[in-house]
Amino acid sequence: MKVVENRILHEHYCLLKLTSDERLPDMLPGQFVEALVDQSPATFLRRPLSIHFVDKERNELWLLIQFVGEGTRSLGRYRVGDRVNIILPLGNGFTLPDGLSNGQKLLLVGGGVGVAPLLFLGTYLKERGWEPLFLLGARSEKDLVQLDDFRKTGETYVTTEDHSSGERGYVTDHSILQTTRFDRIYACGPKPMMVAVARYASSVSVPCEVSLENSMACGIGACLCCVENTKEGHVCVCTDGPVFNIERLRWLN
Amino acid sequence: MAELSVQIKDLPLKNPVMTASGTFGYGVEYADFMDIERLGAVIVKGTTLEHREGNPYPRMAETAAGMLNAVGLQNKGVDYFIDTIYPRISAYDTQMIVNVSGSSIESYVECAGKVAGLEHIRAIELNISCPNVKQGGMAFGVTCSGAAEVVRAVRRVYPKTLIVKLSPNVTDIAEIAKAVEAEGADSVSLINTLLGMAIDAEKRRPKLSTITGGLSGPCVKPVALRMVWQTYRAVRIPVIGLGGIASWEDAVEFMLAGATAIQVGTHNFIDPAASVKIIDGLNDYCDRHGYRSVSELTGALAL
Repeated sequence: MKVVENRILHEHYCLLKLTSDERLPDMLPGQFVEALVDQSPATFLRRPLSIHFVDKERNELWLLIQFVGEGTRSLGRYRVGDRVNIILPLGNGFTLPDGLSNGQKLLLVGGGVGVAPLLFLGTYLKERGWEPLFLLGARSEKDLVQLDDFRKTGETYVTTEDHSSGERGYVTDHSILQTTRFDRIYACGPKPMMVAVARYASSVSVPCEVSLENSMACGIGACLCCVENTKEGHVCVCTDGPVFNIERLRWLN
Repeated sequence: MAELSVQIKDLPLKNPVMTASGTFGYGVEYADFMDIERLGAVIVKGTTLEHREGNPYPRMAETAAGMLNAVGLQNKGVDYFIDTIYPRISAYDTQMIVNVSGSSIESYVECAGKVAGLEHIRAIELNISCPNVKQGGMAFGVTCSGAAEVVRAVRRVYPKTLIVKLSPNVTDIAEIAKAVEAEGADSVSLINTLLGMAIDAEKRRPKLSTITGGLSGPCVKPVALRMVWQTYRAVRIPVIGLGGIASWEDAVEFMLAGATAIQVGTHNFIDPAASVKIIDGLNDYCDRHGYRSVSELTGALAL
């Protein structure tokens, strides 16, 4: 795929927009891609990245990338016109709230770079008549990336650990969780955050799905490296997930 | 167009390129990326007598030009393979080879005996070299007597082509190869992963749940090539070479060092279609160098 834009959002994040000569295949929110970082010889494996957004009109795939190591930092240095070898789409998406009426409340909770798949999910839900509500957490205001796009898609609440924006604390500390009853919760972020969200969802008996980011090699169910220990035993996050209903996981109790 | 077919004892391969166990699932995982019937053989995921959950997560750590894994032979057991997977893969027009692993002589024998009854499986690869299981596995593959004992027992129940996969975690791999040849092995494949370790300095913790794991990828290639060369000179049975093969050049190098066939392993994760590119590259190489058959490359190193 060809880079059409690579915008550095701040020192730790970039927004990489890619297009293809061919029509992009249908993709679902929650699915991911595996990108080969061939401009970084030190990066051996492909990097799994969740799909941040799909612009069907422009035939664009958007990836929100946090600079974690040399591989992701290298992706931040790709220039317009550069080619990136990408396998897509991989894994399973979030379950749509079929059967729920449009007036019911859907909460999309993201932390750090875990907000990435939620923009695509929120847009997808909105296009189908639901009203997504975002609850996004970060260390500090500057780490809240893509906030404008989230706000355009739905009502957006934020928490920051240093109280530089929104309410102070973690996403699970936000007052909206005390004042509003949600009908579905979708979450993606650091594992401790997702466990806390799962615990909350379970305590109020709301169906909840989380998107895991276990480290992986192949992305297609061959290497068996990215397993999650579910109630059915070890399953591959890449092919059985990355989205799981919390009922399948052994996170609670 | 060169003749690409090769023979491993009674097992004919349409070309010398196989995919290594544990890196290619059961083949079907890769059907979206390539025509798996073009392969010489697919060696399926390590299969044990009983269902195994494998080791806890994390099981993988990326390294310089390679990766460590500690999967620990996760699989649903040989009966599940026979009932559920075998019917799905037996119609493919390529050799499907089962990698048989075990924790005791008896479990190797029983598992191999069950696979022997499968019409479309014409060979097994006996894994006496998995570094990621507490019992069995590599324990058999690091001494001549242990390797000989398990091969002798399996040979009695397995009449078809018996390939033995050797561990590089030994002082002299050629001695192990000679020991299994003497017990009736039809071929040896090498190398399995090299025992390694990775540490997260910030957290002061090992990166793998098992602390140590198996190293694979381009970083092990020179070691693998050297061991193929040493083994080729020590035995008369065909040697199957693997360890960091990512391109047709790598495949040619292994054949020149003495391999009759090669396996593509970790590189399947980077480029799912790598193995078919290697087949094409081997053919081009033979044409360019005037080889009528790829088998002429085996051991043709100019010294």
